[in-house]
Amino acid sequence: MKELTKEQVITKTLCYHCGEECSDDSFRINDKIFCCNGCKTVFELLDENNLCNYYSIEQSPGTTRKYHTKRNYDFLDDEELKQKLIEFSDGKKTNVTFYIPQMHCSSCIWILENLYKLDNGIISSRVNFLQKKLFISFAEKITSIKKIVELLDSLGYEPLLNFDSTNETKTESNYKNLYYKIGIAGFSFGNIMLLSFPEYLSINVAEHTELKKIFAYINILLSLPVFFYSSNDYFISAWKGLKKKIINIDVPLALGILVLFVRSLIDILFFEGAGYLDSLTGLVFFLLIGKVFQNKTYETLNFERNYKSYFPIAVTIKEGNKETTIPIDKLKVGKRIIIRNNEIIPADSILIKGTGNIDYSFVTGESIPIEVKNGEMIYAGGKQVGSAIEVEVVKEVSQSYLTQLWNRSIFSKKDESKITSFANAVSKHFTIVVITLAIIASVVALPNYKLAFDAFTAVLIVACPCALALSSPFALGNTLRIFGKNKFYLKNTFVVEKLASIDTIVFDKTGTITERENPEVEFLGNDLTQHEKKLIKSSVQNSTHPLSKAINNFIKDTDILKVDYYEEIIGKGIFAIIKDDEIKIGSEKFVTQKEDEQTESTKVFVSINNNVIGYFVIKNKYREGLKNIIEELRINYDIALLSGDKEIEKNNLKEIFGEDKKLFFNQSPHDKLNYIENLQKENRKVLMIGDGLNDAGALKQSDVGISISDNTNNFSPASDGILESNSFSLLNKFINFSKSTKKIIIISFVLSLIYNIIGLTFAFEGKLTPLIAAILMPVSSISVVVFTTFATNILAKKKGLI
Amino acid sequence: MQIVVILIAASLIVALIFLAAYLWAVKTGQYDDKFTPSIRILFDETKKEKND
Repeated sequence: MKELTKEQVITKTLCYHCGEECSDDSFRINDKIFCCNGCKTVFELLDENNLCNYYSIEQSPGTTRKYHTKRNYDFLDDEELKQKLIEFSDGKKTNVTFYIPQMHCSSCIWILENLYKLDNGIISSRVNFLQKKLFISFAEKITSIKKIVELLDSLGYEPLLNFDSTNETKTESNYKNLYYKIGIAGFSFGNIMLLSFPEYLSINVAEHTELKKIFAYINILLSLPVFFYSSNDYFISAWKGLKKKIINIDVPLALGILVLFVRSLIDILFFEGAGYLDSLTGLVFFLLIGKVFQNKTYETLNFERNYKSYFPIAVTIKEGNKETTIPIDKLKVGKRIIIRNNEIIPADSILIKGTGNIDYSFVTGESIPIEVKNGEMIYAGGKQVGSAIEVEVVKEVSQSYLTQLWNRSIFSKKDESKITSFANAVSKHFTIVVITLAIIASVVALPNYKLAFDAFTAVLIVACPCALALSSPFALGNTLRIFGKNKFYLKNTFVVEKLASIDTIVFDKTGTITERENPEVEFLGNDLTQHEKKLIKSSVQNSTHPLSKAINNFIKDTDILKVDYYEEIIGKGIFAIIKDDEIKIGSEKFVTQKEDEQTESTKVFVSINNNVIGYFVIKNKYREGLKNIIEELRINYDIALLSGDKEIEKNNLKEIFGEDKKLFFNQSPHDKLNYIENLQKENRKVLMIGDGLNDAGALKQSDVGISISDNTNNFSPASDGILESNSFSLLNKFINFSKSTKKIIIISFVLSLIYNIIGLTFAFEGKLTPLIAAILMPVSSISVVVFTTFATNILAKKKGLI
Repeated sequence: MQIVVILIAASLIVALIFLAAYLWAVKTGQYDDKFTPSIRILFDETKKEKND
């Protein structure tokens, strides 16, 4: 019975649209309750158009509209911007693609593919769920991009507009090429195997020499596309490496493929042999499969974001009395721009008109807005909270304080230079040894040129490091998947190797080790009466200020009174009149008329009828298990903390991190980058964990940069990996696991070396028949693949990661 | 033994047809999105294309 009532309470308070908890049932239609007016409006819109199927596919599929502010999309009427978005247009039909981060369930797919029911001009819409993309074709005569975007926004699927997405098509054709190559290699491999069967079974072909010849020639034909097309990546990569005087893993592979091909051609054309074409095609086929496994990427996540993804695409400028929108890259110094509520300031500027109340959470991580007066500087990346302001640009977008970070050399470097994988490191020695052995083998047989050639090629064939080349992709690829299952997403497999070698860990503070949402709230003063609670909640619930929201969430189980007068004084607080009571909530100065004291925490004072009744203390909550994690990590790693904030909470942090640990406060984005750079000069391998744009430089500079995110759909700066905040406590396990993966790779290297040695003994004895090569090659490859995959899985189970 | 040659030619042609089908499938983007179609097929309504 108790159970039942509990359940009833839960179902009663969840929003029908988004599933969030509702504070009361003031927004309702019949039996359906909504958490806010926004959710209710979406429902009404869908209901009107007979689209309520949306709610029957998944329960509460929407996203909450509580904190939504309507954006101005006027800039989408700009012809130039429109052309950038439009992919194709023939006058009748126009195609655009939107990236929609909010897409998360099958209801989303359904509603987005039924958009034509809501807008007559939309001809069709199609979703790619994993990439979170929506392809729309529409008639420009009936509707416009602006209208479509506004429609999407009103449904809670605000598209993320980004105008420099040129590199995407490239990766797409890359994957297609790989698939073509595998298809062709697999086709040739299968057929050549089939045609080689007489050879395997040593069928006496003396009477069928003609047939044997035909088979061999067909084999050559089949292997041509494999040699010239499917394997060309290995030759290109080996050549590139050699030009830079690096012997990468592709050098011995390319050498092996080349020798296999040449030797087979000579055997077949001049000596009526069978050749090793089955081994050749099999090798290429397996290697390419390894490549697919290694190339596993999280399509939904974007690891390459820079400030442009956060900044607006267009700004409203004011010339004389006229307001126009221009694309952000045309913004010049001296222009006056209008910044409305919740808009981001795109360039360093000076406040001309209005009251600035700037939220610098992107820049410093601190989300409580700062008041800015006329004539004062506002830095790019800040967000205006409150009424519109007018500012004059004093620095270009790319030269502003925050964005300058991206001009530093670290951002123009290509990632590849950082990659020195274990396989590549080994291959150098491996190649030298193999070539020496091949020369020795041929010298020994020297007077007999044919035998010398056979021995030379045989050594190169068996020493082809196929198993070696497969062990890394499979071990690392599998680790990547295991991490992915635990909500830790890495950009590519190289990150696993780099993670295994780190010795220093640097944390950001706000948003990284503290929770972004749900701060800790405490009321100091006399116990609040029910009436006082009502008054406070009724006043703060109208405000979008983060502190008001925190207090609103803190006071539960009260109803709300009608507010007769309400005023929000930006940077100070709230003044409200409810019936006969005057309520003031805000800073100490605003409420008590005394100067603010510098304190360790954020305080919000409350007075009712000029009688100060106490204050709320609002603290960032540390992430769950933070203390344990740091304690575990402290044993093996050097730990530091870089905070963009003031020194408040220093004592608390010392307790967690230990007295001797390095804690730095008031760090600018540049300071953070420099700190990492200095560590690296001391030959440290640094893991940086951060979350905001202010950490972007440090994340990029560090050997492994991981950004932490409450929700992977949200923005996160460019990094090597994204860790969902729920999995923060597993951090130590992840690092340990990547170390174990490295050990597994080393063991499988040894395993594959044993195969090579077995093969070499055959080669030295001159017994390397095509049959032995055809058995040895797949057996070694498959056993290595099986070993690495099983070993990583067993280990993951042991560590509780699967 | 002539028949073996003919059979092999026939089998290669069949295999080539399958290879061509695979390459066509990749080319037309059928491997672009391996997830959404599996959900789309479960929706009741058939979507109608409006062409005018």
